[in-house]
Amino acid sequence: MKYEVLPWVILFLPLVAAGIITLFTLKNEKVSATLSVGAIVIGFFATVLCFRAFRFSPQEFTINWLDLGTLQVDFGLRLDPLSLMMLLIVTGVGSLIHIYSIGYMKGDPAFSRFFACLSLFTFSMLGIVLSNNFLQMFIFWELVGVSSYLLIGFWFEKASAADAAKKAFLTNRVGDFGFMLGILILWVTLHGTLNFELIKHYVQDNPAALGGAAMLAGLLIFCGAVGKSAQFPLHVWLPDAMEGPTPVSALIHAATMVAAGVYMLCRVFFIFTPDALTVISWVGGFTALLAALIAVQQNDIKRILAYSTLSQLGYMVMGVGLAAPEAGMFHLTTHAFFKALLFLGAGSVIHAMHHEQDIWKMGALRKKMPVTYWTFMVGTLALAGVWPLSGFFSKDAILAAAHHHSLPLFILAVGVAGLTTFYMFRLVFVTFFGEAKSHDVDHAHESPGVMVWPLRVLAILSIIAGVIGIEGLFAGALKSEGEHPHGIVAQLIYPFQHAPVAACSGLAAFAIGLFAAWKLYANAKSDPLPAKLGGLSRAMANRFYFDEIYEATVIRIHDAIATISDWIDRWIVEGLCLGLVRGGTDLTGRALRLAQTGNLQTYAFLFVVGVAVVLWFVLGK
Amino acid sequence: MNVGLEHYLIVSALLFALGLLGVITRRNLIVIYMSLELMLNSANLALVSFSRFNDNLNGQVMVFFIITVAAAEVAVGLALIVALYRKRQSAHVEDLTSMKY
Repeated sequence: MKYEVLPWVILFLPLVAAGIITLFTLKNEKVSATLSVGAIVIGFFATVLCFRAFRFSPQEFTINWLDLGTLQVDFGLRLDPLSLMMLLIVTGVGSLIHIYSIGYMKGDPAFSRFFACLSLFTFSMLGIVLSNNFLQMFIFWELVGVSSYLLIGFWFEKASAADAAKKAFLTNRVGDFGFMLGILILWVTLHGTLNFELIKHYVQDNPAALGGAAMLAGLLIFCGAVGKSAQFPLHVWLPDAMEGPTPVSALIHAATMVAAGVYMLCRVFFIFTPDALTVISWVGGFTALLAALIAVQQNDIKRILAYSTLSQLGYMVMGVGLAAPEAGMFHLTTHAFFKALLFLGAGSVIHAMHHEQDIWKMGALRKKMPVTYWTFMVGTLALAGVWPLSGFFSKDAILAAAHHHSLPLFILAVGVAGLTTFYMFRLVFVTFFGEAKSHDVDHAHESPGVMVWPLRVLAILSIIAGVIGIEGLFAGALKSEGEHPHGIVAQLIYPFQHAPVAACSGLAAFAIGLFAAWKLYANAKSDPLPAKLGGLSRAMANRFYFDEIYEATVIRIHDAIATISDWIDRWIVEGLCLGLVRGGTDLTGRALRLAQTGNLQTYAFLFVVGVAVVLWFVLGK
Repeated sequence: MNVGLEHYLIVSALLFALGLLGVITRRNLIVIYMSLELMLNSANLALVSFSRFNDNLNGQVMVFFIITVAAAEVAVGLALIVALYRKRQSAHVEDLTSMKY
């Protein structure tokens, strides 16, 4: 079949582009941008073709990669509705962000390097999405970590960016360690099987096969998602990652990479036991609440969005934990659209304000940047979950699942929805409404077309993504039973028929949040909350002191261990062991050197003595 | 007294020991060289006497070779000693210990 080659093309084109840019075209910005953008746009169209071909007939293309006796590792690409949809998001949103970057990064001295890194990231991300076994996924998982490190630290001459990159990488490493242990447990208990399909059948045929290891393996694998999707307690890296260029924040830290954790949870959903799912749902719910609270008191436009992303990721993880992976994936999809839109909108604002990110220095940008304003508004409404924008439907799916399974989580989720509306409209009111709060606003102007058009496309997607059958697709991929509405009108009213309590609570939360934000921030010149909340507000603004706590515990312990290791290395390993060997050799050498008198006759004498000894041995016997 | 093979061999061994003693104890390179030649000739004497008492010519043929090689060796060795003397103004071994530790 002629489509067989397409997945390989989709996967490897970005890698080829990254390679060519790094090796040959670092000096030529135009060619670099064309290559990188071309690779992902072609990938997008190829994905659309694949989508049409394989939507109803999942397929795997496999080559044998490692053949080491009992260890058989395949390199395979799996195409099913789940991966196809994710492919569409990565290549589609990715394409828009690549195009936007041409405008945003214009004039940067390392323009070409940026695109090389972007392409490398795209390759790794596509690798995760297409993987058909754990080992391959883990490899690409790490590659994503590396490219994320490169992109966060893109402006590495800034100390904060370099630190943020390091922090992201190391924090991810903690989660990945658990992920690897989980994979190893599965590998041992399942006798060397790592293929998703095989494990799925195995687990379904004899549910008790994993035994006691099931819970442990599930939670360890969840650790990987905790790191990558920045769930509590490893959430601290994501806000700092905002030091990277804004398109990177949009692509990696909103739309794709952080979604990898959720995607992975859905991909291997079958191995999670009910107990593990409970843990997952609570971790997700707690992260959602924590991040939403912190977002309320942030002043940096990108950090607000970063905490919002954390909170929404918590939502998705909670959805998965509530045994509704299709709701999690649905929210992931819509979130990819509107959060990418919000980040790109924020980037447009930052670009216009000459890299000012403090919202209290903006204001009244509504008239200066109409397109950015309108698209940002669409993104905000979608995120807040306003009917009939996409966010409403996906959030409702999760709320419905929460309502069905666990009342405390449902209340928590509704509360987070209210907070989401509150902090997003705080951002909108302060940034776009009111009066100008600094002189930069006077010089602000709309961004160029190459940046504005992706905003428009994403805005349209954010509006319609809820009713074009995405949820049905995921439901078909992840669950066998369950009916889903067809047709736009049916989908529009489906939430109200299916789970009216959830839908109405969601809308009520939106109304309360909007009202509170309007009351407090519609014309505010400075933030009124710190005066009202006092210590709580300070704690929120300081991110509940997580960084400080980690500093005092984890980092302190690490430093202590490092000091001890250093001492052992310096004095025991180097001093005692190496010192003895080295000193002994040195001493022997010095002693033996004395035999070299330089006198010809000594040598001759010793020579004769040697000959005599040999003769005595040979003849004397 | 009947002179037999052992007498020749004893003389040869004495000559060899004398030569060795000279090589080890004398300080002048030229004398050392002469002692070396003495050792070579003691070997020649032993070979010739073997040849004589075994009634074949193998030993004598060997001696011719040794004499030829010794002549070549003397030419090279003396040239080296002369060159060394020109460089160092000395042909005494205790002055030539620059390879010492």
